[in-house]
Amino acid sequence: MDPRTTEKLAFCFLRACIWIVVAFVAILILYIVIQGYSIMSWEFLTEMPRNRMTEGGIYPALMGTAYLVGISMAVAIPLGVLSAIYLNEYAKESRSTWIIEMAINNLAGTPSVVFGLFGLALFVKYLAFKPSIISASLTLSLLILPVVIRASKEALITVPQEHREASLALGVTKWKTISSIVLPEALPGIVTGIILSIGRVAGETAPIMFTGAAFFLPRLPESVFSQFMALPYHLFILATSGLNPMETRPIQYGTALVLLILVLLINSIAIIIRKHYRKKLHR
Amino acid sequence: MFHRRLKEKGIEIGLFLAAATTVVVLLFICIFLFRDGYLLFETSSFTGFITGSSWYTASTPPRFGILPLLFGSFLVTAGAIAIAVPLGLAAAIYISELASPKIADLLKPFIEILAGIPSVVYGFFGLVVLVPLIKDIFDIPTGQTALTGSIMLAMMALPTIISISEDAINAVPLALKEGSLALGSTQWQTIYKVTLPAALSGISAAVILGVGRAIGETMTVLMVTGNMAIIPGFPEGFLDPVRTMTATIALEMGEVPKGSPHFHALFAVGSVLFITTFIINMVADRIKRKYKLKEGL
Repeated sequence: MDPRTTEKLAFCFLRACIWIVVAFVAILILYIVIQGYSIMSWEFLTEMPRNRMTEGGIYPALMGTAYLVGISMAVAIPLGVLSAIYLNEYAKESRSTWIIEMAINNLAGTPSVVFGLFGLALFVKYLAFKPSIISASLTLSLLILPVVIRASKEALITVPQEHREASLALGVTKWKTISSIVLPEALPGIVTGIILSIGRVAGETAPIMFTGAAFFLPRLPESVFSQFMALPYHLFILATSGLNPMETRPIQYGTALVLLILVLLINSIAIIIRKHYRKKLHR
Repeated sequence: MFHRRLKEKGIEIGLFLAAATTVVVLLFICIFLFRDGYLLFETSSFTGFITGSSWYTASTPPRFGILPLLFGSFLVTAGAIAIAVPLGLAAAIYISELASPKIADLLKPFIEILAGIPSVVYGFFGLVVLVPLIKDIFDIPTGQTALTGSIMLAMMALPTIISISEDAINAVPLALKEGSLALGSTQWQTIYKVTLPAALSGISAAVILGVGRAIGETMTVLMVTGNMAIIPGFPEGFLDPVRTMTATIALEMGEVPKGSPHFHALFAVGSVLFITTFIINMVADRIKRKYKLKEGL
């Protein structure tokens, strides 16, 4: 075949592939928006579930997810950012550095359900935290730790070496240089990474299934040692359990839509921060 | 001066300890997973677990053979990769070689959203849209099949495959492409004969990580593959329900008494899953390190 014709055909194929991907995302989002739109209301977000979860809102699940995000990020952010600072600013090419980086890559690739098993064995059973908010949050914080480290490291790398050298040349100590020159410059990048990982924590189901998520609990948890409801688990339970999942379909669409909006919102915030930051950088 | 140096050293040690927690966590995962998994072999044999072809948890004595689950995972993952690799590679080539910077900037958020959508939402979408569709198209009794799982997993593995392949393609020196074009090759000939072979090792890392993604995914397969613990046929098994390792753990862990043989069997399955992804990660890590690729989504 004439190379020009082959090229045309090949490019058509590439274009078709990218359209399939875009169309899939668009259809998924549109479908859930259209189906979930009608049930969306202030009451849906602020009311307790009623009548065996066939009526009412998703308030406890929404709050449960908020608790999970809050506690797990409170653990993962400091630990992750400090680890990234060590790896980017202090670590030399050595065996111990290699081991740490290997551990991070492996944690990032470990299935979330394995984290769930681990959380069950360590936090629920061994440390006797019971199935609770704290067990689930700690499990999630370990799951998200490699993501926070990678994102923070990525942001630290972009800070030009000259900025560090200029500060060090003035006799400023290494830590002072990092805390007052490097970190502020890397901050927007770090924040972007952290925001994206919030979406991940909010949507994870497998790690919280055995570490504290409750089937049905029409009240807010009393303490961090209580069980809780969470959005993704709520959606899973409604969609797959019970005698008639069709009965709660509208609530399922509504819950899926809330999760989707959360993710889209988080992604747009991250994109806006990144755009703003890039503009500043190229000024 | 001495005080200042001491403080600096203290900070460095503190930061090192923070970074070292990741190693501790990985070690702890190994210890806790393997310990609870190992206890299974006090009541059942190891060979029975590894080579057993039936997973009957309710029979007496219960039979914990991992093969149906292992093959279930392999089948769904193989299907997902067969769909995701051509699609993801094509998308990566398009974004890095053909699309104008403006179009590429528009496409990237789509890929990020694809990566950000929670797996339970994919599972739900698969359950309410794809499952009935598969049932009608193939005219089979249930749409909850291995194929359904493969399609959903392919979509979920795409961001990983696209972002790392794209990076590998971008890493190919411009001089190589220019040389090819200067010899009169078309752009496609250059992509096909020069750029892709040069980026091949990076692309293989992308594929390997995609496999890791797919094999470890839980909620989606749990919701769309029907969860029948039988060794699937090939290739006709794609249209039958299957049960993966991940789905088994998620499905059964909620109901088993803690400390029972069944409980330990699920940890043993978890250990096999962990070892599998560990090997996958190490191989991908090696390739990425060698070719200095980024981490990917």
